[in-house]
Amino acid sequence: MRLARGQAITGAKLNIHEYQAKEIFRSHGVPIPPGDVATTPEEAESIARQFGGTVVVKAQVHAGGRGKAGGVKLAKTAQEAKDVASKILGMKIKGITVEKVLVTPAADIATEAYVGIILDRVSKKPVFMVSPAGGIEIEEVAATTPEKIMRLPIDSRYGLRGYQAMELGFFLYSDVKQVRAAATIMQDLYHAFMDSGASLAEINPLVTTPAGEVLALDAKMVIDDNELARRPSIAALRDESSEDPSEVAARQANLTFIKLDGNVGCIVNGAGLAMATMDLVKYYGGDPANFLDIGGSSNPEKVVSALRIITSDPNVKAILFNIFGGITRTDDVANGIVTATKANPLKVPIVIRLTGTNEEIAVKILTANGFSAMTDMDEAVKKAVALATGKAA
Amino acid sequence: MSIFIDDNTRLVVQGITGRDGSFHSKQMMEYGTHVVSGVTPGKGGQKFENSVPIFNTVYEAVRETGANTSVIYVPPVGAADAMMEAADAGIELVVCITEGVPVLDMTFVYPFMKEKGVRLLGPNCPGLISPGKSKVGIIPGRICTPGPIGLVSRSGTLTYELVYQMTRAGMGQTTCVGIGGDPINGTNFIDCLSAFERDPDTTAVVMIGEIGGTDEQEAAKFVKEKMTKPVVGFIAGQTAPPGRRMGHAGAIISGSSGTALEKMQAFEEHGLGVAERPIDVVGLLKERMK
Repeated sequence: MRLARGQAITGAKLNIHEYQAKEIFRSHGVPIPPGDVATTPEEAESIARQFGGTVVVKAQVHAGGRGKAGGVKLAKTAQEAKDVASKILGMKIKGITVEKVLVTPAADIATEAYVGIILDRVSKKPVFMVSPAGGIEIEEVAATTPEKIMRLPIDSRYGLRGYQAMELGFFLYSDVKQVRAAATIMQDLYHAFMDSGASLAEINPLVTTPAGEVLALDAKMVIDDNELARRPSIAALRDESSEDPSEVAARQANLTFIKLDGNVGCIVNGAGLAMATMDLVKYYGGDPANFLDIGGSSNPEKVVSALRIITSDPNVKAILFNIFGGITRTDDVANGIVTATKANPLKVPIVIRLTGTNEEIAVKILTANGFSAMTDMDEAVKKAVALATGKAA
Repeated sequence: MSIFIDDNTRLVVQGITGRDGSFHSKQMMEYGTHVVSGVTPGKGGQKFENSVPIFNTVYEAVRETGANTSVIYVPPVGAADAMMEAADAGIELVVCITEGVPVLDMTFVYPFMKEKGVRLLGPNCPGLISPGKSKVGIIPGRICTPGPIGLVSRSGTLTYELVYQMTRAGMGQTTCVGIGGDPINGTNFIDCLSAFERDPDTTAVVMIGEIGGTDEQEAAKFVKEKMTKPVVGFIAGQTAPPGRRMGHAGAIISGSSGTALEKMQAFEEHGLGVAERPIDVVGLLKERMK
């Protein structure tokens, strides 16, 4: 079976921090050295002093390649931990500001391995991926030495069986003690994965020490958003300071929103139609400012929130509504537009295309309030692009 | 003819008294679907709209009313259970409309349905419609019209858009199937394509895909190897930035796998018509059906 992380399910997701994932793994029995979180250099210093000896200071951000970006540093003394923390705190890694660092005692490392569980859309199962080549990104291992990766799909109805855990352990180690230790860690990690509603759980690196111990030095976990309703303690781990503010606002309003760089603000119902609308904007020479899906059963308040989010982007030069009413009632959308624009008059032109459920009522509402509505998608997109770029349609 | 549903479809609605369930049950009944029963635990013995008997379990609904198809409108947390209950009760086709079903739940449901030999459509799908015969799910009936085109799609409203444009151009449909956008779902593109290939009344097929995964590429290969009927495809998400989620859990691009460009190239390579815009589907169909 071929599997790259490209096929992993990382869709609607909640990223949690390393220190949070470590707490979850630890509570399931995975051996992980202690650690504490600091938000100031002084805190980092005092944590390092408590541990004594060399510590690692690690940026807590939802971005890969922390090490390469300078977000992970060794510190031999408490003073050094303070200096290193003052450099890491506040730095930007892939556009995200570091607000927290994890301070943890440095471990002596003999070997580094990779262990991950990924929810895979092709086999439709959780799949274990393990490799004795750890400490580097698994994508890199897959590209250069794919024979060093073992993949094992798990039937979640039976869980990870003991012999399977041993098989994984034997792929990593030859010392039977270490194989058994690794097999136990596989079981613990599997339970953490299933109990948290994860779509990914990763230990990279899983190390052995010169004394022969097997330890997890890093932890990563991604949670399926759909699990959060029934797992409030996991939902509480969300750190909104590490997310784009407009995307946070959209989530609070129950909208799916992704900010882009163009000038045509798009408000659409349904993900597929929203993407097709953006494609059409591009096709007619414009650039979409965003992806925004108001979802199925929309109410006027959703439309008001959507307009507020779109109009707060100074790049937006024209707004395009594209609504195909099925569950969504187009009169709800029309009412939302009227309410929102009465409270906050628009500074940019708006093009409204709507068709489907209660279309006649919607058109009446709009015309009574000085708006015009279109029914053809291509015509509406062309008009919005012309308005945004200042060229005649 | 049509695929999966027709005049012989006898439907039980799971969650018939809920907000969405009751609204769409009425719509389906108005369309002419044989809604023979509903299920809401605790409301057994009552009647929906004074005519459709409600039962506490799907098992009773099947035994008492001969239902062979079920449609599910229950909340996400109960959806996995509802799908399995329907399969256990002897339903042949289970259509799950519910959005937001935890993906891990589907790792239990999917093999269960396979082993029972039950066809699952969804979750997170708009359902299906065989115009003039039966509709199961939420696709608006009035945008469809009977005719020779089969349609299979991963999205909801984009499906409506395409059907609407086809109907406006006078191109009717045998069956329109929305397979849903979730990462783990039941019926896939290839299942639908092979059913359309076997259906004598379908003369051409429209396939609507999205970014993410490799299902469309595999389906394109299937078209080339196994199909005699022309297929026209459209892929949404040509302008989607890599690695970002666009609403559906399924619609993501990560790494090199699953971009719109890659899928359109696969379509081209395997001889499918490739529509650049939704409206181009109509022109391509006319060309290929000559």
